[in-house]
Amino acid sequence: MALAAGRRYLTGVTIEQWFGIVLLAGLGVLLLDLARRLVLGDLRFGTFSLFLWRGLVDGLIVALAAAGLSMTYAILKFANFSHGDLVTTGAFTGWTAAYVVGGTGVAEFGSRILLNANRGTSARELDMHLFGAPIAIGIGLLVAAVGTILVALAIDRLVYRRMRNAGGIPLLIASVGVALALRYLIVFVYGEQTRGVTRSSPSLEHGLVFWTDSLHVHQFTLVVIGVTLMIALHLLLQHTKLGTSMRAMADNRDLALVTGIPTERVILMTWIIGAGLTGMAGYLVVLEQGTLSFNTGWFLLLLIFSAVILGGIGSVYGAIAGGLIIGLATNVSLVWIPGDLTNVAAFTLMILILIFRPSGIFGGVETA
Amino acid sequence: MTRDRRFSTDGGDVTGKAEVPAASDPDGRPRWLQDVIIIGEATITVYGLFIVLGLAVGLDFNGIVSTLQQVTLLAASFALVVLALNLHWGYTGLFNIGVAGFMAVGAYTMALTTAAPDATFPGLGLPLWIGIPAGIVAAALVGFVAALPALRLRADYFAIVTLAFAEVIRLLYNSSLLREFELFGTEFGTGGGQGMSFPNLRNTISRRLLYVGGDPEAGPTLVGRPFLAVGDALELSTSVVEGWAYTAVLVALVLVVFVLITRIGNSPFGRVLKAIREDELAARSLGKNTDRVKIKVFMVGCAIMGLAGIVWQGRRGYIDPNLFLPIITFYIFIALIIGGSGSNTGSVVGALLFAGLLFEGPPFVQRIVDATFDLPRTATLYDGVIALGDLDPMPLLGYTVGELPNLRFVLFGVVLIALMIYRPDGMLGHRNEPASPIDLTKERPPSERGSSTAQGGESNE
Repeated sequence: MALAAGRRYLTGVTIEQWFGIVLLAGLGVLLLDLARRLVLGDLRFGTFSLFLWRGLVDGLIVALAAAGLSMTYAILKFANFSHGDLVTTGAFTGWTAAYVVGGTGVAEFGSRILLNANRGTSARELDMHLFGAPIAIGIGLLVAAVGTILVALAIDRLVYRRMRNAGGIPLLIASVGVALALRYLIVFVYGEQTRGVTRSSPSLEHGLVFWTDSLHVHQFTLVVIGVTLMIALHLLLQHTKLGTSMRAMADNRDLALVTGIPTERVILMTWIIGAGLTGMAGYLVVLEQGTLSFNTGWFLLLLIFSAVILGGIGSVYGAIAGGLIIGLATNVSLVWIPGDLTNVAAFTLMILILIFRPSGIFGGVETA
Repeated sequence: MTRDRRFSTDGGDVTGKAEVPAASDPDGRPRWLQDVIIIGEATITVYGLFIVLGLAVGLDFNGIVSTLQQVTLLAASFALVVLALNLHWGYTGLFNIGVAGFMAVGAYTMALTTAAPDATFPGLGLPLWIGIPAGIVAAALVGFVAALPALRLRADYFAIVTLAFAEVIRLLYNSSLLREFELFGTEFGTGGGQGMSFPNLRNTISRRLLYVGGDPEAGPTLVGRPFLAVGDALELSTSVVEGWAYTAVLVALVLVVFVLITRIGNSPFGRVLKAIREDELAARSLGKNTDRVKIKVFMVGCAIMGLAGIVWQGRRGYIDPNLFLPIITFYIFIALIIGGSGSNTGSVVGALLFAGLLFEGPPFVQRIVDATFDLPRTATLYDGVIALGDLDPMPLLGYTVGELPNLRFVLFGVVLIALMIYRPDGMLGHRNEPASPIDLTKERPPSERGSSTAQGGESNE
């Protein structure tokens, strides 16, 4: 009897589920191999914990930007390809502000306002790290949010508002146009060169958190700010009237309209919150990486999309989880593959998970 | 009948097969002739522009012919890929934004097959007539692999998965892992970020075409004789003639692909494609195995993209991963949307206009301005704006002109946005036409149907 029941159960397993089993088995093998390497000492524990820590940092960056993308996706119903360039916008506006404030009296204005386009203002000269110029960097973070919000609202007014009911694919294509225009307007203003923007991060000696004994302050700042923003976003979505309206609209736009939710205002607020998070993500990426180019956000875009899709497009919590998975996958995969293939690991993971669950891990819940 | 009529005549070669009278416009011209005229007009526009610009730069005759050749080569290359994308998106509604990846597979496979075994990054050293089909087949097979996961997904997921797939391909070719590797005891190498060399396609193919045995000393072939005669009569340099010979091969390829895709679109298989685009559920409930059809059409399109990757990006005898960045895919999309997805004629026209007016135009204008005026060029925008404060607009203008090659990307973006807002169907887009062969929106007596549908959807803006 038990055998028959088991067989009946097995025939009920779909291809997706079979694939999921294989995927989990593969993951299990990798974990076992990881344990073996750690035990045998092929992989030092310190190195591995560093991978984990970097995975967390990268994951938070991606998650922060992905939360913004996921929100706009849930409310506006399209995959926004200009999101990566909003990340870049945040980085450029924020760091320009930080340079203008932090370099007063040190370097000439023309060099600061274009973020060292003529190489007249070095990060060393301005002492641009968290302990050297804390006020400038704080102001920069705020300006990154505000600047990105203004740009996003301008774009919405010029482009997306005219296409509110055009459907997902035309909007996606238009957003590709926005992405190109935005990216190369940034090039027009700031130039093409990649620039070093911050000094290397100061570090704290410790014996607590992880197994490496020094902690980069910039990374730590990023983690603290990232986690704070996510908690704030969670509170906003769950405990305010705006959050309720947004979730209602994400769920069913027509119904939301009928019940008297001011949809245009919710859309406005979505752009404000989503772009604000995105801009700050871009600013923090540069704080962590130290360099900035007009492609910074574009290179992140596919990772951000991978995170959003992994979580199931439209779900903010899914996007955050997806971001962390992507960040960890890109870094932990270094155990097995060379460094120039980490993104390949992340994208492959996304594709594989999509075979297993075609609508993402938290798929089907299109509720912000 | 509207949609189908257009496709049946789009290629201009299938009138014999059509069971209804050939469509004609109010002037009495058959549809295929109209299509030829539209493409001809677009060509004349682009050529005219470049002749005028060329004269403005002060190019001699040889230089202008060479410029036209470069523009034509680029336009034909674009047209090949745009046609393939039209098969995916315009006909079937598969939103594939991984085009660059499939081009990369075609080009790299060809390169690995034909590169000399004793080169820095060695290949198999086989001749081109094996290498090119190998590249096409490889692209189709990778298309098959990509289609399997992608088919279960919604349109936007599908788009992002194809883009990710293309990036995976590019990053693999870029990786140090494949820089040099060994397979079945044979050394291979893609050269990683350095790229790899192989026999120069442009020279090999054009010389094979023009000279007996591909040897310039051995005298011209039958095809080469008129070519070289024209070249001599116009006093063109050998390299320009050879360039044109290669370009002519590409144009011929465009023609073949055009006919092929029009045929596909006009076949029962093509009607299933359009049915999938309009309403996949309905197509499936009519008993069509839509998954299998989608896989097939995806493979055919990818094969053509592989071919385009070979002849376009591989023409220099050298490829590297940077030739296959995602931006290439977006170029193709812009060209398709300008022309109007769903129309093969539109695809060719879009490729011509994009390559000529948007892609090659602005750098050419910059050259002219640089050659004609002596504009002061400031280092940064800020310096230009400061000079503007002193009522001197020239430095700012100079800076803008100097940035034209970058500003054209802004132009691409604006064109794309404007098209999506004002003309989502592009210049010749037929996407709103039904997949059904019968016009369902109007009731007419049966006697009228043949003639009235033949004129369906007439404005060729």
